[in-house]
Amino acid sequence: MAIFLTESSKVIVQGMTGSEGQKHTTRMLASGTNVVGGVNPRKAGTSVAFPQGDGTVDVPVFGSVEEAMKETGADVSVIFVPPAHTKGAVIEAVDAGIPLAVIITEGIPVADTAEFFAYAQDKGVRLIGPNCPGLISPGKSNVGIIPADITGPGKIGLVSKSGTLTYQMMYELRDLGFSTAIGIGGDPIIGTTHIDALAAFEADPDTDVIVLIGEIGGDAEERAAAYIAEHVTKPVVGYVAGFTAPEGKTMGHAGAIVSGSAGTAQAKKEALEAAGVKVGKTPSETAALARELLA
Amino acid sequence: MASQAAHAGRRKDQSQVDLFEYQARDIFEKHGVPVLGGIVATTPDEARAAAERLLGGQPGVVVVKAQVKTGGRGKAGGVKIARSADEAAEKAAEILGMDIKGHTVHRVMIAAGADIVEEYYFSVLLDRSERRYLAMASVEGGVEIEQLAVERPEALAKVAVDPRTGIDAEKAAEIVEAAGFAADVAPQVAEVLQRLWDVYQGEDATLVEVNPLVKTADGRIVALDGKVTLDENAGFRHADHAALEDAAAADPLEARAKEKDLNYVKLDGQVGIIGNGAGLVMSTLDVVAYAGEDHGGVKPANFLDIGGGASAEVMAAGLDIILSDPQVKAVFVNVFGGITACDAVANGIVSALQILGDAATKPLVVRLDGNNVLEGRAILAEAAHPLVTLADTMDGGAAKAAELAHAAA
Repeated sequence: MAIFLTESSKVIVQGMTGSEGQKHTTRMLASGTNVVGGVNPRKAGTSVAFPQGDGTVDVPVFGSVEEAMKETGADVSVIFVPPAHTKGAVIEAVDAGIPLAVIITEGIPVADTAEFFAYAQDKGVRLIGPNCPGLISPGKSNVGIIPADITGPGKIGLVSKSGTLTYQMMYELRDLGFSTAIGIGGDPIIGTTHIDALAAFEADPDTDVIVLIGEIGGDAEERAAAYIAEHVTKPVVGYVAGFTAPEGKTMGHAGAIVSGSAGTAQAKKEALEAAGVKVGKTPSETAALARELLA
Repeated sequence: MASQAAHAGRRKDQSQVDLFEYQARDIFEKHGVPVLGGIVATTPDEARAAAERLLGGQPGVVVVKAQVKTGGRGKAGGVKIARSADEAAEKAAEILGMDIKGHTVHRVMIAAGADIVEEYYFSVLLDRSERRYLAMASVEGGVEIEQLAVERPEALAKVAVDPRTGIDAEKAAEIVEAAGFAADVAPQVAEVLQRLWDVYQGEDATLVEVNPLVKTADGRIVALDGKVTLDENAGFRHADHAALEDAAAADPLEARAKEKDLNYVKLDGQVGIIGNGAGLVMSTLDVVAYAGEDHGGVKPANFLDIGGGASAEVMAAGLDIILSDPQVKAVFVNVFGGITACDAVANGIVSALQILGDAATKPLVVRLDGNNVLEGRAILAEAAHPLVTLADTMDGGAAKAAELAHAAA
């Protein structure tokens, strides 16, 4: 098992024929992801040859998500289309009834995200992202842009707003491995929250320890802490980035801003600790805490 | 790498743009929100001319208002009434250059006077927790709203707004009723709220706040002071926003970084920071600050995320900005190569140091891990630049950079 993404996941790529889409489809295929198709109405009926092993593999291009799902049984869509067209792409995926859409695109206007999130929620479609690295269940499937060669399968579940901190933590714990590592994105509105991932890890028999990485801004970590206290029995280790971030300055992620007394790293750390979560001061210290729990 | 650099160059997820009051006023006017006359001025002479235009030769008052992006300017003496154009120039001379909570006043707005009988509050903003919008309204405006929210929460109506339907007539009526507006003003206020929603949606704002919204003696509802935050990610559908953003730029180093499309925030420390990915860079700042505790209390000097494409040009531009900060005594480059290849980063550092030549005078600690790390480290070892020290770990690199910054301070 793993969360949200398993070896049986069939993945389509919206934006597969674009440069980012092609590059990352190549990487996804190389890491064993079952990519069954791409979507581009202007190139429907064609296929794209990707390198695989010594030869190539042809991935068909469909005119719509609906058609791709009908022809391939796809149950995951990963979206690489540019920000101006992302809303349309997500709504198309939701209308087609795909169970999971992973939105890698960064720079989407938050009004668009607010709209397509409300739409997806009504139709019961899970979104991950936007502005996220995606998720990997090592050895099973990899959807998005997380490097597959950092580490392999194991018993740690990881949820993080940040891509590179996800990689850093996977690297720190590379000898132990992960059930699933998921980057939920740093935008002000995201489809899958820390809480959603915690609930899934709690229910996943293959996850023994959960690592939660947060950052300044919003109250997602505080809410996650309350959820952990109430619902999570597995050990959770936390890390929060942004202790030195000044008030009122956006630190890279549109969502990473301390407004008044809200959203500070200190408040998040305290909330997590009050819920019994061990919080590391640095990524390395956090990794050491996770290591102790698995020993 | 070219496509990665292009991807990084497109990064527009950095920030939201807070507008000055005069910019908010102009946007309100454009969307039919009732406002008073207001003209921005940067000198006392401009202030006089603005007051003359607003007064139109008639007796009356104007208000000279400091344009700063912080609250409490009234208490700080940044808002003054003038009874003639000459007096407006005098008051402007007093206010321009004033320091309000660390913000220097570069502009004043000369605003028409109004006979206010009641003050209200209204805002619509992104509700991150609920992943939709939230409208807040109160018939007790003109006060610090945070204070009102704490002391008399029942006086502040909060109404959820669906992003798909926004504030239509029905929603506006709901807000007005929830806030308890009197029947004589309710329809008029509801109309203004719909216009303010036009601002929010039409301009891709993440915050529109009016405090106070007022009722004048002649029974009009007017937005007297406004705060608007724009979503920079939506810049592609608002060609006119770029000008607002430029006028809003603050620190000179930040402005220069912005020109080069770098995601840079100036801080007040001695260790320059370059990294990839917002989360890792934030974390690097923290780790450097912790290490600084053992090295004379040195702190991070900046936030700089070079994103996915660490080309030589991006690295050179980043280093150039950081090294021109006179406070910086040492630099810590912390990169985890996910998509980014460490050899490309290493080449970027080597070329950047070549491009900068004698301008590069401060020690650099470099920690690379991830994609092609061995190649990357080999390139730096080979180049053996006297300013560059290689670090094996993030914590170790931070400690070394803090130590070097302390030694040079």
